[in-house]
Amino acid sequence: MVESLLDILRSNAKESPENMARLLGVDVTEVENAIARLEDEGIIRGWQAIINEDLVPHDSVTAVIEVRVTPERDGGFNRIAEEVSRFEETEAVYLMSGAYDLLLFVSGKTLLSVARFVSEKLSTIRGIVSTATHFRLKTYKQNNVLMAKPQDDKRLVVSP
Amino acid sequence: MDPHAYLARHIVDLPKSGIREFFDIVSTRTGVVSLAIGEPDFDSPWHIREAAAKSLDKGCTHYTGNAGLIELRTAIADYVHTNFGGTYDPATEILITVGASEGLDIALRAILNPGDEVLYHEPCFVSYGPEIAMAHGVPVPVETRVEDNFRLSIEALEAKVTPRTKALMLNFPNNPTGAVLERADVEAIAAFAIRHNLIVISDEIYAEMTWGGKKHVSFASIPELRDRLILHHGYSKSWAMTGFRMAYVCAPKWMMDTILKIHQYAIMCAPTTSQYAALEAMRHPAEDMKPMLQAYEQRRNFLRAAFTEAGIPMHTPAGAFYAFPQIAKFGLTSREFAVRLLDAENVAVVPGTAFGACGEGFVRCSYATGLEQLKEAVTRIARFVKTL
Repeated sequence: MVESLLDILRSNAKESPENMARLLGVDVTEVENAIARLEDEGIIRGWQAIINEDLVPHDSVTAVIEVRVTPERDGGFNRIAEEVSRFEETEAVYLMSGAYDLLLFVSGKTLLSVARFVSEKLSTIRGIVSTATHFRLKTYKQNNVLMAKPQDDKRLVVSP
Repeated sequence: MDPHAYLARHIVDLPKSGIREFFDIVSTRTGVVSLAIGEPDFDSPWHIREAAAKSLDKGCTHYTGNAGLIELRTAIADYVHTNFGGTYDPATEILITVGASEGLDIALRAILNPGDEVLYHEPCFVSYGPEIAMAHGVPVPVETRVEDNFRLSIEALEAKVTPRTKALMLNFPNNPTGAVLERADVEAIAAFAIRHNLIVISDEIYAEMTWGGKKHVSFASIPELRDRLILHHGYSKSWAMTGFRMAYVCAPKWMMDTILKIHQYAIMCAPTTSQYAALEAMRHPAEDMKPMLQAYEQRRNFLRAAFTEAGIPMHTPAGAFYAFPQIAKFGLTSREFAVRLLDAENVAVVPGTAFGACGEGFVRCSYATGLEQLKEAVTRIARFVKTL
């Protein structure tokens, strides 16, 4: 049940407990208890809207930053990753396989503010070897949601 | 000119499709929330569309053999063996058709002589009676009842079988009721067919769509039936490939030779592009279907709960993507209910009578519809029935 519940929440976190109960064929209290448990266990870490930032009338830029790090004898990448995560500019931080180690999603009001974050905060951390910054130009899809409006249903309205 | 003097009487005399009539009413309106659509709301999986496009790029635009690509038939033989339990020789016992509708048509034409009777259950897919009549057979409907969860009973079959009965035509999981058969039902129906020396035409197009832990039991899993079974399955529903018009017939060689003859003269071969799409569909069937099946089952649960809360009785559909709620208690005929619901709330459902006279008192609600649409539809239906 939990897996199906998480699937429903992934596609619509605002789904009412009553509807989730109907979809899963269980009692509404069972759904509420499961969600409370998932929050307690830290599996559900928060509730947010998926926003098409391109349509929001404010100035902001988002960058994806590839970071190469020298791992430490104790804890590997964790100390640096956690330190980077604490910056309010970082929206997401991932440890990656491949040519670089950490992948950061960073947002700021202007290009300059992101550049300053990279040069003054990020690059000065001991253990960070190099960074490569890419600015996001347009979002087409996010959290499995297309930013374009869905097309009309192409099916006949009545069919056998 | 008098149409009866020039046109084929047995076709002119066919009733118009109830679905068609209702389509004409619904299509005059805009903004309709439709639960009247008998096809998946999902697009065909991307890799299947891609394979179809690639086949065009490569110039695979020629005829295939009459029976279809041998690679596809071989893949189908494996699939049917694994999932249905039947063993068919891809070289001589499998035929690729233009949708299951063509398969049903040519199967009937291959076996019927004028006046032969064919038993089929109602409610059923709209084409069954007309297809039998078009093949010069006599359609003999056998009622299934909500009390039996719309499963086909041997008593009802025994009451309608005569010495002229040639075949029995079935569709489980069922459109429009969502009924499925248990193994005991399948065994009993197979025994009935053998007892009366009938051919069984089994349309198992919704085979993969069973809910609540139920598993589809195919007539192909009964070895004693093999020599008299014509099995139909296809890609439209489970792979969401309706527009490709891809299905197949499995039958023993002694029947297939004759079935193939009609296909060969009437169709030549199924569209090549679609056959390449179907071949691709055989690569990861379980993976392709999983997200769709999961969505359908949740929507079924949702509809069942929502109708119960709205005070609309409904048997629990165990397969396909249709609910068949019982609206008789509101004092309207199925058609009146559907038309008034459309007028009042702009929601389209199909009157149960489109699927046979015994569908009176029911409407078909397809849940091959996005959840948000479904929610809106049940809110409106609940509001509507309060006014009755």
